[in-house]
Amino acid sequence: MSAQPLSRRDWLGLIARAPMARLGALWPDDPPEFTWLRKPEVGAMMVQGRAGAVGAAFNLGEVTVTRASVRLPCGTIGHALVQGRDTRKAERAALLDALLQTEHEEQLQATVLAPLQAAEQEEAETRARRAAATKVDFFTMVRGEG
Amino acid sequence: MQLTQGFADPAIEAARVFRIVLDAMSHPARIVTLPEIDAPAPCSPAAAAVLLTLVDGTTPLHLAGAHDCEAMRDWVRFHLGAPLVGPQDAAFALGIWDALGPLSAYPQGSAEYPDRAATLIVDDMALRSKGARLTGPGIAHEAFLSLPDVAALQVNAAQFPRGVDFLFASGAQLAALPRSTQIGGA
Repeated sequence: MSAQPLSRRDWLGLIARAPMARLGALWPDDPPEFTWLRKPEVGAMMVQGRAGAVGAAFNLGEVTVTRASVRLPCGTIGHALVQGRDTRKAERAALLDALLQTEHEEQLQATVLAPLQAAEQEEAETRARRAAATKVDFFTMVRGEG
Repeated sequence: MQLTQGFADPAIEAARVFRIVLDAMSHPARIVTLPEIDAPAPCSPAAAAVLLTLVDGTTPLHLAGAHDCEAMRDWVRFHLGAPLVGPQDAAFALGIWDALGPLSAYPQGSAEYPDRAATLIVDDMALRSKGARLTGPGIAHEAFLSLPDVAALQVNAAQFPRGVDFLFASGAQLAALPRSTQIGGA
C-alpha cells in the first residue's frame, strides 16, 4: 500500500465512488456532533463528454446526484456530492470530508481511505484481468498462392 | 460569523416566504413578518429570507456598502450562487438606504420590458405605519409607511411603468413599495 496521504481532491472522489456498504463497514462509528449547512438534497447534473476525450464538449446525459454540507463544532466544513440518491451516503461523505480536515486526518487516512483505495484498485485490476482473458489476437494467414 | 444553514426545509419554507413576500408586494405598506433565519451580520433575517427565496444563479445581485463583506459574500456563494455585480447589472440589490446610492444607477426597465428593472432590498429600516401617505393598486383607500427619502421615491414612482421596486426590511419584518404606488407628502 502506498503510504502517500491522499489530497482532499483525491479523497472526495474516492469516498464518492465507494459503495455505501463498504463505507459503512469501514467507518461504523457513531457520527460526531455536527450541524447541517445543507441537508442532503437530490438533484440532477448534466454530464459532458468529449469524443475521444479531445473533441468538442457535448452533453452526454443527466446523472442523479445527492449533495450535502456539514459543519463540525470546531468550524470545519465538509462537502459531499455523490452519485445516486443515497442521502445517508452523502451525509457520511460530508462528515468524512470535514473530519479529514481536522486532527483526525492521519487516523482516517489509515483506517478508511487506505482500505477504500486498495479495494478500488483491486476491483480495477480484476476487471482488467477479466477483459484481458477475452482478448483475441487477430492475424492474417498468408495464402499459399504462387 | 460562520457559515450557517439557510432554510431548514428549503422547499416548504421558500414557498411560505414567497407567499408572504407576494402578500407584501400586492399590499404596499403592509408590514409582514418572515420566519427567523440565521443571517450573517449585517444582513437582517427578513432580507436573508427574501434572498434565499428569490435569488439564485440566474439573478445578479449587488451588495452595497457594509453588506458587501466577506461573510456575506461567502453566504451568497454557498446558498444562492448568484453572480455579484455592480448596480448597473443588478436584478436585486441589498444594502442600507444610504449605501444603495442614487436609484438611477439601477436598471429601470424599459417601456417594452418593465420587468427588466431591479428590486432593491433596503435593510435595517425603522418600519412604522406612519409617515408618507400612499395610494394606488393594492391599497383600499390610503396607507402610511415611514419612507427614507420621499422625494427620490416620488421621482421613481413618476417613471411608472419604468422604475425600481423596494422591499424594506427590519429584523424579521418586511414591507414593500412597488413602483406603482403613488407617494403623497409626509
